[in-house]
Amino acid sequence: MTPVLKPVVLATLLAVLAAPAMAQPAAAANGSVAAAQAVTAPAVARHYAQLVLASYEDTLAGALTLQKAVQSFTAAPSDEGLKAARKAWLDAREFYGQTEAFRFYGGPIDDKNGPEGRINAWPMDESYVDYVKDAPNAGIINTRKTAISKKQLASLNERNGEENIATGWHAIEFLLWGQDLSTTGPGNRSFEDFVDGKKPNADRRRQYLQVVTELLVDDLRSLTKAWAPTATSYRAKFERGGMESVRKMFVGLGSLSRGELAGERLEVALASQDQEDEHSCFSDNTHRDVVANAKGIQNVWLGQYKRADGSTLGGASLRELVAAKNPALAERTTQQIAASVAAAEGIQAPFDREIVGAKDAPGRLRVQKTIDSLVQQSKDLVEAANAAGITKLTLVKP
Amino acid sequence: MLRGASPQPATRRLRAGLAWLAVAGLAGLAFWTHAGVAQDSVTPDDERTGGDSTVFATGQNAFSFPLANLPDEERTRFVIGNSFFKRNWVQAPSSTTARDGLGPHFIARSCGGCHVQDGRGAPPDFTRGLSEQPVGLLLRLSIPGKDAHGGPLPDPVYGDQFSNFAVQGVMPEGQISLRYETVRGKFADGTPYQLQKPRYGFSKLNYGPMAKDLMLSPRIAPQMAGVGLLEAIPEAEIVRNAREQAALGGAVRGVANQVWDAPTQQMRLGRFGWKANVATLAHQTGGAFLGDMGITSPLFPKESCTSAQKDCLAAPRGAQGKAPEIDEKTFNDVVFYESTLAPAARRNPKDAQVVQGQKLFAQAQCAACHRSSYVTGEIPFPRLGSKAAQGQTIWPYTDLLLHDMGEGLADGRPDFLANGRQWRTPPLWGLGLVPDVNGHNRLLHDGRARGALEAVLWHDGEARASKDKVLQMTAQERAALVKFLESL
Repeated sequence: MTPVLKPVVLATLLAVLAAPAMAQPAAAANGSVAAAQAVTAPAVARHYAQLVLASYEDTLAGALTLQKAVQSFTAAPSDEGLKAARKAWLDAREFYGQTEAFRFYGGPIDDKNGPEGRINAWPMDESYVDYVKDAPNAGIINTRKTAISKKQLASLNERNGEENIATGWHAIEFLLWGQDLSTTGPGNRSFEDFVDGKKPNADRRRQYLQVVTELLVDDLRSLTKAWAPTATSYRAKFERGGMESVRKMFVGLGSLSRGELAGERLEVALASQDQEDEHSCFSDNTHRDVVANAKGIQNVWLGQYKRADGSTLGGASLRELVAAKNPALAERTTQQIAASVAAAEGIQAPFDREIVGAKDAPGRLRVQKTIDSLVQQSKDLVEAANAAGITKLTLVKP
Repeated sequence: MLRGASPQPATRRLRAGLAWLAVAGLAGLAFWTHAGVAQDSVTPDDERTGGDSTVFATGQNAFSFPLANLPDEERTRFVIGNSFFKRNWVQAPSSTTARDGLGPHFIARSCGGCHVQDGRGAPPDFTRGLSEQPVGLLLRLSIPGKDAHGGPLPDPVYGDQFSNFAVQGVMPEGQISLRYETVRGKFADGTPYQLQKPRYGFSKLNYGPMAKDLMLSPRIAPQMAGVGLLEAIPEAEIVRNAREQAALGGAVRGVANQVWDAPTQQMRLGRFGWKANVATLAHQTGGAFLGDMGITSPLFPKESCTSAQKDCLAAPRGAQGKAPEIDEKTFNDVVFYESTLAPAARRNPKDAQVVQGQKLFAQAQCAACHRSSYVTGEIPFPRLGSKAAQGQTIWPYTDLLLHDMGEGLADGRPDFLANGRQWRTPPLWGLGLVPDVNGHNRLLHDGRARGALEAVLWHDGEARASKDKVLQMTAQERAALVKFLESL
């Protein structure tokens, strides 16, 4: 889809882009007020829907590239093939991470039938899927009587425990990297794990990787369909939702900021100093997950998204909606969200070393700084939602 | 009779409106009675199920948010508790020393194994094949008699609950089998219905025969959201429920259970568990760590292997066998996490069909036991909970009392003061979100009911008159009643 920037949208975008440079609150307020006059809740919801679709489309494209890499790798396993698949996985994650801002309000990703648990559940008990150190026969792959099909793996996912992860990004990650037993780098699974005669059940490992990648592609495709501009899609309902849809957007941003990203993904890891509590623990890509999540929040707030092809999507935003009521608050929230992205970008790889050490270890301070900014941002978002007339959230005003 | 000192109006938010206060004032004499009709006819805007703590959440995460008013400085503890709630425990010895010590016997590897997404368990799906063993459903065991505190007497060989899993090198106790018998009935309008009644069996018993006079009681893992608010309901309110029911002189006569509480080392009023057989979240949590996962804690430091289970007794312990497998701080964090899980707001409370269903709920006297509302008091254990749970007007729809529910539901197994026909009135809040979170709508203590209407149709005993009123309803009224229940 080619983004078409209408003049008024372009003007808005320019105002938004210019805002951070405006040191004077009054100047920022003026810019926002001018833009805000054009902004209504339905316009914000409509533009959000477009942004969501673009984000899922880019993710799907990344997953399809991954699938191609997996196909060539499993057809003739080699070290280069494995590296190419890992790279495709890392590239695709940059886009998926940003889509997590669309969670937590019971939308297509995590409503009753939503695929979120199949796509991105973690932390993962690796031994549920494949062998681990000291347990050479563990996992579905080494249980030959268990069929490996999309249906079967989907039904085994999260069965009897939230850590019994059989599918999604992290199952694929584990198959591509293996357990991370190194203190300096990621997991180091050999391509020979996929070569018959080199490792037991290599055939099933190849099959598992193919099937689980195909399932991920299917699920991502279902999300693009839900957000496609058709009369019967979820998007159609969302666009008609007005302020209720805006409320959902805020719930998503607030919940990801505080509970999920600051809480489950950062605070828990800081507290336990345990590698198993990092999001992408096999690939050591957690530092990028954090950035992508923080950027995803920023995308929705600003109504902007930088697509995989380098083009930028812009339009009516929450920021403008809030600025119409309280320009200073909107500006403060914008700055705080930007500070979170910057702090997240400051976290160094590998994350599992970053979280280790005494209270004042530089890595821990960098992670803590990100947490603090996200927490403040969640409070700002509650205030911003309140300013827009929305109180039905998962957080009350601090 | 409304107590003059009721803190209710003062703690309501202004948004409830003066109109409501006026109505409550006029109808005040009826508001706290259990006559149902009067009570629910003055129900205010109760969308906010947990007062200020309410989260407006639907979908898969609906039960997993912290109290909306939880102060930020307590949210870190919430997420840390959560990580131990959902992470799998592993067999000792292992490299993961923070979470080793699973088993020797167990039925789940984590709290979240049964309470998936902080939600509700379901009976095993036997269409998946006979090898599927239950996880969210456990079977309590006992033999006639009472232990030192008046609680159930465990089976001498199999203990007080059946463990269908074990770590490597230890035998599981055996397997559970489950089949359903069909129970048929008819509504007054002639519409037939079918219920399913479970029958349990044991096979592959690895430690020899069970006691001849063994009694068993199936228990489903309930959803967690709101348990901290239930713990903050003043005990006097629960006692008053019983007193007022008795004063009415009808069939409904709830009994407050009195149970042994290990954390406080005393008998206390029971409010958790399907038979109100547990007094506190801490006891419930410690019991589940030990009984369901085989994790010892400062509260329950001894594995539950019986003397007949030599392999169980000999198995390696977690924490190098030197300390409880879950330490006190972590344990307390898990309890804190549970107690700060937020109830979700009602959906569509103003919907015409929901409003009609609410009236029918009242007319059928359901609220006689499913008391709609309380104001929470002080949290009983400040180190294990948050003050955010205090002083909230909550809408759990329970009296937390035991009631004779008739022969159809009876397990025939006493549990402290609960006899074999009594069950605790389960809270109804969150009922409509179970399908969102857990993808099923299996209700009642053993998950036999497929949806709210079946659960209602199983009511008998003290609830007979209410059930009969439902039988008299038209199909449209039944649909409205269900719609109301699912709005909770």
